[in-house]
Amino acid sequence: MLKLLKYLKRYAGWMLLAFALLFGQAMAELALPDYMSSLVSQGVAVGDMGYVLQKGAIMLLIALASAVCAILVGLLAARIGSGVARDLRGQVFDKVTSFSNPEFDRFSVSSLITRSTNDITQIQMFCTVMIRLVFYAPIMGVGGILRAQAKSSNMPGMTATIAVSILVMLLLIGTLMAIVIPRFKKAQKLLDRLNLVSRERLSGLLVIRAFGTEGYEEERFDNANRDLTKNHLFVNRTISLMMPVMTMVMNGVSLAVVWIASLTAFNIADVGNMMAFMQYAIQIIMSFMMIALVFVILPRASVSANRICEILESPVDIKNPENPQMLPLHKPCPVTFDHVSFRYPGAPGDVLTDISFTANPGETTAFIGSTGSGKTTLISLIPRLYDVSEGKVTIGGTDVRNLNLHHLHELISFVPQKGVLFSGTIQSNIRYGAPDISQEQVEKAAGIAQATEFIQEKPKGYEDPVAQGGSNVSGGQKQRLSIARALAKQAPVLIFDDSFSALDFKTDAALRRALAQETKDRTTLIVAQRVSTIMNAHQIIVLEDGKIVGKGTHKELLKTCKVYEEIARSQLSEEEIAQ
Amino acid sequence: MNQNQTSRPPMGGGPMGHGPRGMMIPGAKARDFKGTLQKTIRFMRSSVPVILLAFVLAIGSVILTLNIPKVLGNATDEIMVGLMKRNVYDTIMDTQEAMEQLGKALAAIPPQRMAALAQDENATLGTLMEQGLLPEDALQGLDESLRQTLSALPLSQMSQMEKGGQNTSFATIGDYLASMEDGQSIIENIPPQYQDELLTTSLQSRPGIDQEAVGHIIMVLIVLILLGAILGYLQNFLMSGVAQKVSYQLRDQINKKMNRLPLSFYDKTTHGETLSLISNDVDTVSTTLNQSLTQMITAITTLLGVLVMMFSISGWMTLTSLITLPLSFLIISLVVRRSQRHFRAQQEYLGHVNGHIEEMYSGHNVVRLFNGEERSRETFHQMNKKLYAAGWRSQFLSGMMQPVLSFVSNLGYVAVCVLGGYLTIQGRITIGDIQSFIQYVRRFNQPVMQSAQIMNTLQSTVAAAERVFTFLEQPEEADDGKAKLPAEGVRGDVTFDHVDFGYTPEKTIIHDFSTHVKDGQRIAIVGPTGAGKTTIVKLLMHFYELNSGRILLDGVDIKDLPRGVLRSQIGMVLQDTWLFNGTIRDNIRYGRLDATDEEVEKAARMACADHFIRTLPGGYDFVLNEEASNVSHGQKQLLTIARAILADPAVLILDEATSSVDTRTEVLIQQAMNRLMQGRTSFIIAHRLSTIRDADRILVLREGDIVEQGTHEELLEKGGFYANLYNSQFEPTEEAV
Repeated sequence: MLKLLKYLKRYAGWMLLAFALLFGQAMAELALPDYMSSLVSQGVAVGDMGYVLQKGAIMLLIALASAVCAILVGLLAARIGSGVARDLRGQVFDKVTSFSNPEFDRFSVSSLITRSTNDITQIQMFCTVMIRLVFYAPIMGVGGILRAQAKSSNMPGMTATIAVSILVMLLLIGTLMAIVIPRFKKAQKLLDRLNLVSRERLSGLLVIRAFGTEGYEEERFDNANRDLTKNHLFVNRTISLMMPVMTMVMNGVSLAVVWIASLTAFNIADVGNMMAFMQYAIQIIMSFMMIALVFVILPRASVSANRICEILESPVDIKNPENPQMLPLHKPCPVTFDHVSFRYPGAPGDVLTDISFTANPGETTAFIGSTGSGKTTLISLIPRLYDVSEGKVTIGGTDVRNLNLHHLHELISFVPQKGVLFSGTIQSNIRYGAPDISQEQVEKAAGIAQATEFIQEKPKGYEDPVAQGGSNVSGGQKQRLSIARALAKQAPVLIFDDSFSALDFKTDAALRRALAQETKDRTTLIVAQRVSTIMNAHQIIVLEDGKIVGKGTHKELLKTCKVYEEIARSQLSEEEIAQ
Repeated sequence: MNQNQTSRPPMGGGPMGHGPRGMMIPGAKARDFKGTLQKTIRFMRSSVPVILLAFVLAIGSVILTLNIPKVLGNATDEIMVGLMKRNVYDTIMDTQEAMEQLGKALAAIPPQRMAALAQDENATLGTLMEQGLLPEDALQGLDESLRQTLSALPLSQMSQMEKGGQNTSFATIGDYLASMEDGQSIIENIPPQYQDELLTTSLQSRPGIDQEAVGHIIMVLIVLILLGAILGYLQNFLMSGVAQKVSYQLRDQINKKMNRLPLSFYDKTTHGETLSLISNDVDTVSTTLNQSLTQMITAITTLLGVLVMMFSISGWMTLTSLITLPLSFLIISLVVRRSQRHFRAQQEYLGHVNGHIEEMYSGHNVVRLFNGEERSRETFHQMNKKLYAAGWRSQFLSGMMQPVLSFVSNLGYVAVCVLGGYLTIQGRITIGDIQSFIQYVRRFNQPVMQSAQIMNTLQSTVAAAERVFTFLEQPEEADDGKAKLPAEGVRGDVTFDHVDFGYTPEKTIIHDFSTHVKDGQRIAIVGPTGAGKTTIVKLLMHFYELNSGRILLDGVDIKDLPRGVLRSQIGMVLQDTWLFNGTIRDNIRYGRLDATDEEVEKAARMACADHFIRTLPGGYDFVLNEEASNVSHGQKQLLTIARAILADPAVLILDEATSSVDTRTEVLIQQAMNRLMQGRTSFIIAHRLSTIRDADRILVLREGDIVEQGTHEELLEKGGFYANLYNSQFEPTEEAV
């Protein structure tokens, strides 16, 4: 929590101003009962109308001053809150943008998103509330107590009443919270449970109906529903104790004040004092209530603050080298793995062990193996999505770690496993890696990626909008556009991470045929699931458990590699294997 | 669907009640406000008596609570009067005592000096003091004005006064004042409302605050406070009960409705929408019932009650403070109108910013690999700046409401004080009245603001209720048929007879499809992705109604069969494995809920799943997590096969895996599937060529329609769509890729 204070530093001036204004507001609010007291005892009781009018005018001025202060504080609070949120959001976003896979793995995408959105909103709310309450309530509380003390100097027991009532109230709030907070947490869990059951109901619609288990599902839902209802009922009934009890305490204080006054007051001025005292008492209790509330929201904000700090303070593993080297952008670029081993940070075992091979320009190198064999990890070492643990990866003869990341990424066209598109147009997505290419080049890339047909069917063709995350484009279309995006970039190294499985056989085949024309001097690396996709590659590397268990062409591997043969047999018929 | 949208804590925005939101949100409006309101009331029929009781309790509580300031005012008056009495009494007593002292001092002056001075017309008591005949402090103990009168009194008149000043005892203050020369003017100066009390006060003993009367008032107050709190709580208690009951029932109805809706409904509705009904919409209704409804009752009763109480104290003062009301409304509407614009802008920009964050984080690899970081940052900072500008304005404006309104309320407060002071001096009201009136004024503004807020909540609540009721009113699946299947068991003979079907009435995708599948045959369904291969399957399961034609199972039209009976004869293993958060045992048993543990394990063994289950911690009692991600995809598939084996259906529907699971599991799955298909009619959504070629018949789909059917050889010979599809896949490319 405290670590975030440095982000508040630039607002220190505004905060001080807000503090001064709050002080003014509190003083004004506290002065009002005072004036009323003298208005009553020295004006009304004596029958001096002039005095009443004069004090009335002063009271109005004070009220006005208080309102002006409050509005200005509101302005400052809004600006500070929004400002802090803006600064933090910007910093977090910049930081996360510099993260690479190890950090994303560590935090997980969804957690990073919540941290950048909800957590920051929490902090913003807290800042605004803090400025308004954390400063104001104590000033009001202390000021109220001092003034109340002065008003009750000849009526002993008054201040004690306030102390007792504050104690009673804090005790009540504390007890209620102690009872309710665990139930709140439970409520969240029960709600999640209900959501889970409902989500499963919806995702399993077909299965449920197929097996005729509707009754069973209804019961599961009903159990979750009942638990949730019971818990909510308890929480609500406990929480609703709060208001009546608070009212009771407030009224009780007024009552006690009147009672004590009846025992101790001995001149008429005391009645005015008593009336003022009653209002001070309420103000004091209110301010303590607010302080108590701050303590309730503080833990939440502090959790958010910590989560944000974790991001900001997280070291970035993959950085630019100090003396970067440069490679020519359009020259053929072989990719070599030299005794590469890799393990995830903190993981006990290697994901890749002692991998060595060279992928030559103008050739296709394919990787195959079962899920979890390390294919995707292997190719993500080339653009430094991860850094090797041992050995080195070179591109054009240079260790990838000696290249600027920006430059390295210029050398590589990458098609990820999942077709990820960004909001914009089809055009803007294809151009994403190469903003300056001509329309012709865009269309050519789309053509190779077998995307022309469906793009032309869109109402606006290349200008057709793509929604956030590409949600208005089907899976196969997304994949083809992401292939087009990579091709448009014209980099010497071309990497496909299992990019063809979302395509049907026919499109897959057509695409590969078109691609073959394009990749003449490029180094092509393909991760695949289907043997048919890679049968014709110059070099097939078979991975199992992070190790190379076979290297060669389709024909060679069928003879020499047991794992490859198994995979091939499970997918193809005899004749196809022999082809 | 974002987790945070579907699940949120039961209390609005946490303990603070309202965050940056609050009363500013222009809630989504219901299309049919009145109708939905009526439906909601009808839905809550059984709770109406309880709600009425809660109303009564609320009214009672408000009335009791509202009386507290007034009674408190009475106590203040009692104290005030007591103090005044004592004041007057003390003054009288002091005066008398001082006069006595003065008399004694005068008597002590030698008579000849006195007589000499009495000749001098200008000689006064003051002269006596100047000449040292009277002690300096002789007049002390008298009040200032009396002292001045006396010291200016000519000695010639002194003798008369001496006589009159003889101590005579008076019964009451009134008697005393009446005996005085200027008594009448003193009486006139006493506020009239206190005159009677004061004038009849006995002078026999020192009066004071009437402890007994105060004690009595305090007893009344204690009763009022306690009763008010108890009634208030009871009311809350009842309304929480109603709110929870209603939301339970709403969810329960949704629960039951979900099973009765045709699948076509779910095609049109996203899961997120349905989930949002259960969590958000029902929650909104429940929160409103719990809080806003109670608040509304209290607010209205308080408003009326406060008005009555205020009028009972002073009509003029009430009118004065009411002047502030239209002012409040004016300000509220002005501020709301201005801030809504900024609020909307803020929400919009927040949406953009959060959208960009989500998009960039989920696509972080692409951003990085295509060097998009700088562009992404730039876009983000632009958006962030706009958000800031709209954000602080919106917050400032909504935050302004409170101080402005409180100033208006202070305006009323001061006006009341001044007018009250005037009226008290006039003797029309008492000081206690001012005190209680001030407390009423303070209470008056709160319900006004609350009502504005509640009207807004009500809007969004009715909109939420409308969504729920719309869901509950959706047409349900057609009634179940009553036909029976042959008692000796189902063979699994399936006939499609001139079937026409489309998901939407406008677009028929299956045209006049007929085929006959003899029991035990294998049918492969092939076609490119998105060709609608599962449609046939869904029709067979009677998930959808046909446009025309019939589907027969063992000669019985499936439409005439109860759905449960039909579906119990058909087993389904989909690629999209569906497992739920529970033990492995429960997940397998899902195929037949009354199966014994032995049967479950036997099915698992047949599905080649037993081995891997036993390696899991806890074996069959291993709990699958929410995404069932603690077992591999292939293992999940084995579990669903075991489930289908347990169900022992006559007809099977299988979906072959496309995504490769590891090689060994793949082999197991194939074995298990083959074992499962033995002796059963099977429909296989096929991806493997071996499966396709071994099938008794192939159905070729294209864009939902069955374009060809026949065996592998027949279809290849025909040279149509299938042949094209088959060849394109294994066409050798000129150059290796």
